[in-house]
Amino acid sequence: MARTDLEALAIVSAAPAIDGQQSVLYPAGVQASSIHNLLTLMLWVSTAVAAIVLCVLFLAVRRSLGTKAGGNPSSTTDDVLARAVGIAVGTTVVLLVGLLVASVWTGRTIAAVHAASAVTIEITGHQWWWEIHYEDAVASRRVHTANELHIPTNRPVVLKVTSRDVIHSFWVPNLQGKRDLIPGYTTALWIEADRPGRFRGQCAEFCGLQHAHMALEVTAESDPDFERWLDAMRESPREPSDSGARRGRDVFMQTRCAGCHTVTGTEAAGQVGPDLTHVATRSSLGAGTLANSREHLAAWIRDPQSVKPGNQMPPSALSADDLENLVSYLETLR
Amino acid sequence: MSVGSDPNLEQTWADPPGVIGWLKHVDHKSIGRRYLVTAFGFFLIGGILAALMRIQLSRPDNTFIGPDLYNEIFTTHGTTMMFLFAVPVMQGLGIYLVPLMVGARSIAFPRLVAFSYWMLLFGGIFLFVSFLLNAGPDVGWFSYPPLAEPLYTPSKRADVWAQLITFTEVASLAVAVALITTVLKLRAPGMTLNRLPIFVWAQVVTSFMVLFAMPAVMLASTELILDRLVGTHFFDVEHGGDALLWQHLFWFFGHPEVYIIFIPGTGIVSTIIATFSRRHIFGYLPVVLSLVSTAFMGFGLWVHHMFATGLPQLGESFFTAASIMIAIPTGTQIFCWIATIWSGRLSLKTPMLWILGFFTIFVVGGLTGVMLAAVPLNTQVHDTFFVVAHLHYVLIGGAVFPLFGAFYYWYPKITGRLLSERLGTWVFALLFTGFNLTFFPMHVLGLRGMPRRVYTYPASMGWDTLNLLASVGALLMACGVITFLVDAVHAMYAGPVATDNPWDAGTLEWATSSPPPNSNFPRPPTAAGREPLWDNPPDQPVVVGLREDARDVLVTHVLDAEPDHRLIFPEPSIWPFLTGIATTVLFVWSIFTPWGVVYGAGPVFLAMVGWFWPKRPDEGGTPLWPFARRTLPRPDEAPAAGGAI
Repeated sequence: MARTDLEALAIVSAAPAIDGQQSVLYPAGVQASSIHNLLTLMLWVSTAVAAIVLCVLFLAVRRSLGTKAGGNPSSTTDDVLARAVGIAVGTTVVLLVGLLVASVWTGRTIAAVHAASAVTIEITGHQWWWEIHYEDAVASRRVHTANELHIPTNRPVVLKVTSRDVIHSFWVPNLQGKRDLIPGYTTALWIEADRPGRFRGQCAEFCGLQHAHMALEVTAESDPDFERWLDAMRESPREPSDSGARRGRDVFMQTRCAGCHTVTGTEAAGQVGPDLTHVATRSSLGAGTLANSREHLAAWIRDPQSVKPGNQMPPSALSADDLENLVSYLETLR
Repeated sequence: MSVGSDPNLEQTWADPPGVIGWLKHVDHKSIGRRYLVTAFGFFLIGGILAALMRIQLSRPDNTFIGPDLYNEIFTTHGTTMMFLFAVPVMQGLGIYLVPLMVGARSIAFPRLVAFSYWMLLFGGIFLFVSFLLNAGPDVGWFSYPPLAEPLYTPSKRADVWAQLITFTEVASLAVAVALITTVLKLRAPGMTLNRLPIFVWAQVVTSFMVLFAMPAVMLASTELILDRLVGTHFFDVEHGGDALLWQHLFWFFGHPEVYIIFIPGTGIVSTIIATFSRRHIFGYLPVVLSLVSTAFMGFGLWVHHMFATGLPQLGESFFTAASIMIAIPTGTQIFCWIATIWSGRLSLKTPMLWILGFFTIFVVGGLTGVMLAAVPLNTQVHDTFFVVAHLHYVLIGGAVFPLFGAFYYWYPKITGRLLSERLGTWVFALLFTGFNLTFFPMHVLGLRGMPRRVYTYPASMGWDTLNLLASVGALLMACGVITFLVDAVHAMYAGPVATDNPWDAGTLEWATSSPPPNSNFPRPPTAAGREPLWDNPPDQPVVVGLREDARDVLVTHVLDAEPDHRLIFPEPSIWPFLTGIATTVLFVWSIFTPWGVVYGAGPVFLAMVGWFWPKRPDEGGTPLWPFARRTLPRPDEAPAAGGAI
C-alpha cells in the first residue's frame, strides 16, 4: 500500500500544470500553497507510517508462521512486547502532536491573509448558479455578474458568501479550500492568487438535481487588467446596431426573458436568473454546462431542460426567426 | 465438549414449527441468523446500486443514468449501507454470538429482539418499495435541510428517508438494550468483566454508543418530519429556522455511527487473531481501554464533518485535536494485534487472510483520516472523492473485511459446515484487489478536484481514466461477492461437516455443538479465564439445577458474574410480529398525514397490551400483590417467573 501511495504521487506530479485544471495539486494562490505544503508533509508522514507498520506486520506474520507447534511458542516475552508497543504508541503520539501543530500552523498562516484594502465580492449560491456582486462604496460602481469571477493577483480578496436557497459550497481548489454557502449565514472567505491564470471551481456541497453542473470560472489577472475589466463591466451594453439584434432585444423585453434576467441600461430587471448584462463575454452557459457559442445559446433558450434538466428556466416557444434574433441580441451584450 | 442433549430441555427451548411458528421465533440464534441473512441481502442491494453508479461514472458525460435517478441511487446506497447493512449486520452477529460467548441460554428480552428484527425487515422493505415506486430518497444519506425541506423536496422522498431512520433507530436501540443486559446480567459464573471476550466488550461498548448516539438523529429526523408534515420551522431559514442545527444533530450521531460500525469490527479482529495466533490477545487491558476510549472520543469529533461551514478557528482546532487523538487508541490496538501475531504461532486460514487484508486497508484509511482531521486540508478534500476513498477504506477495511473474516470463522458454528478454503482464498483475492483498484484512485480523483455526488463530469476534466479504473475494480469486487455467495449456499448443503471447535478457539461459543442446540448449552459452562476452553481446568464445574421444563435462566452479578437469581424467560410469541406490523402502519401512515400517528397508535397500543398481558401465578406469572412476594428467587430457591418481556 505504501508503494501505491508513492505511485499516486508520481501520477500527480507527472501531469502538466495547466491553467484551468481544477486541482488541489497545482496551487496558484497563497492559501492553496500553504495547504499544499501541509498535504505534502502529511502524505510523506503517512506513507512512512504505513510502510513501517505493514513491514512490521509482515515480519510478525513471517516469524509467527515459522514458529513450530509444540516448540517454545515465543522467545519474545510479554515484557519485551509491552515495551515495543509502548514505544510504538509513544511515537504515534509524538507524530500526531507534530501533525496537529503543522495543521494549526497552516490554519494560522491562512487566516493571516487579510487587508483593509481588499477587494470585496459577495457570492450568493442559487440552484444551480453563482450570483456575484463586486462591492463598492459608490452604488454606480458596483458590478453584478454570474458564474465568473475576476480577481487581481497578489492582492487579498474577501468573498462574502451565502445562499438564497439550499446549501452550496464554493470551491476553487487551485486557490483555496472550500466554504459552504449556507442560507441565513454570511461568512467571509479570503483568497489571494499569486499568479495570473484561469481556474475552474465547482459546487462541492450536494445541492440537488444539477449539483454536477454548477461550475464557475475564476480569472486572476494583474491589477490594471482587473481594473479594466471592472470598468468594462460597469458600462451598460451598447445599443445593438444591426436590425436583427434590435428585433431580438424586443423579443427579450416582451417575452418572459426580462422577467427573470437583468440587462442594465434596459427595462429588464429580473432577479430570478443570472444577470445577462455582459453574457457574451462569458466563456460558458448554464454555470459551466456548455461552452458559450451561438448554437449552444440557441439550444439553451429553446429547451434549457434538455441541456440541464431541473433548472428553473422554462422552455420557450419562440419562432425560429425570433430565436435567431434573440441570440443575435444576446451576442451584443458585451 | 458437546454433551448429549436432553430431549426435554431441547423441547423447552424449541421455537414452534410452521409458518405461523416462524413468525413467533424468539431464539436468539434464529433471530441472529435472520439478521445476518437480511442485512447481507441489503448489502447486496446496496452493492448493486453502487455498481450502477460505477457504470454511470465510468465514462465522462455518460447518459446511462440521469441526475434524478442518480441522486436516488447514491442516497439509497448510502442509507442502505449505513442503516440497513453495517449496523444491523454487526448487531446480528452480536445477537447470535454474545449469548453463546457469555455462556447464556438466551439473549435478554428475546421478544424485544424479535420485534427489532421485524422493524429492520419492514424498514428495509419500506425503503426499497419506495425506491421502486420512484419515491426513494434523493437528498443524500445525511439529508441536509434546506434541501430536504418541503420547499426544495416537495415529494415524499425525504419523508421516506426520515421514516426509514425511525425504523432502524427503533431496531438498533432495542438490540442495544438487549445486548447490554445480556452481557451485564447473563454471563456464565466466573466470567468476570475482566474475563469478558473482547468481541463481547466491543459489542457492549457499541451498544452503549447506540444508546447515546441514536437519540440525536431521532431528534433531528423527528424535527425534519415535523417541518415537512405539520409546517414547523426548525430548519426553515425564511422563518427563523437554522440550517446548521441539523448538521450538529446529525453528525453528533453520524460520527459515532462510524465507530458503531467499526468497533465490532475490531472485536472480530481481536478474536480471530487470538485464535489463529494460538495465544491470548496481547494487551487485553489496553485493547479494552482503547475500545472504551474510542467510544468516548467518538462523541467529540462531529464538527470535523462541518469544517467547511466556516466555524470559529478555536472551535475547529479543538475538533482537529480530538479527531487526530482518536488515532491513539486505534494505533494501540493495531500494535497489540501485531504483538499478538509476533509472539504467537500463526496459522494462515481464510479468516486470518481477511484480517491481514483489514490491516493493509485500514492503516491507509486511518492515515487519510488523520489528514481529514486537519482543518486546512479538510477544506480542500471535504466532499470530494478523496473522502469517498477514505470512508470506504475505513468502513470496508475496518468493518467489511473483518466481517468476511467473521463469516468464514463462525460459519461452521452457525451452520455446522465449513466454507471452502480454496474458494475463500479466491474471494479474498478478488475483493482485496477489486477494492484497492476501485477506491485507491479515488484519493487522486479527489485531489484532482472531483467533487462527490456528481452524476457526471465533463471529458475535459481529465478524470476519465481513473474513473474507468475504479469501475473495473468494482467489477472485480462484484465477482468476489458472487463467488462468496455461491460458496456460502453450496457449503450449507455440501460443505465438510464441522466439529464443535474446528479452529481450536478458546471462547465459549465453541464449547457447544455446531450448530448449537436450542438451549445453547445442555450444561451451561463456567469460566476460569479469558479463553475458557484454553484456560479451564479439566474439573471446571458446570451450572446445574436449572429447570428443564421451563426456560429457566441463571442471572449473575454485573461485575464478578457470581450467581444472583434465576428467571423464567418468555415463550415464543406472535405479539412482537403483530406489534411490528402495527408500528410499521403507524410509521408509514404518518408520512401522509399527522393523523396517522394518532390513529396508528391504537393498534400499536393493542398489540403491546397483548404482548405484555400478565400471566396468572399458576401459569408461571409473578403474583402482582403483595409486593413482599415479588422478590426474585435466590439461586437455591425454586424459580418464580417474570412477566413476558
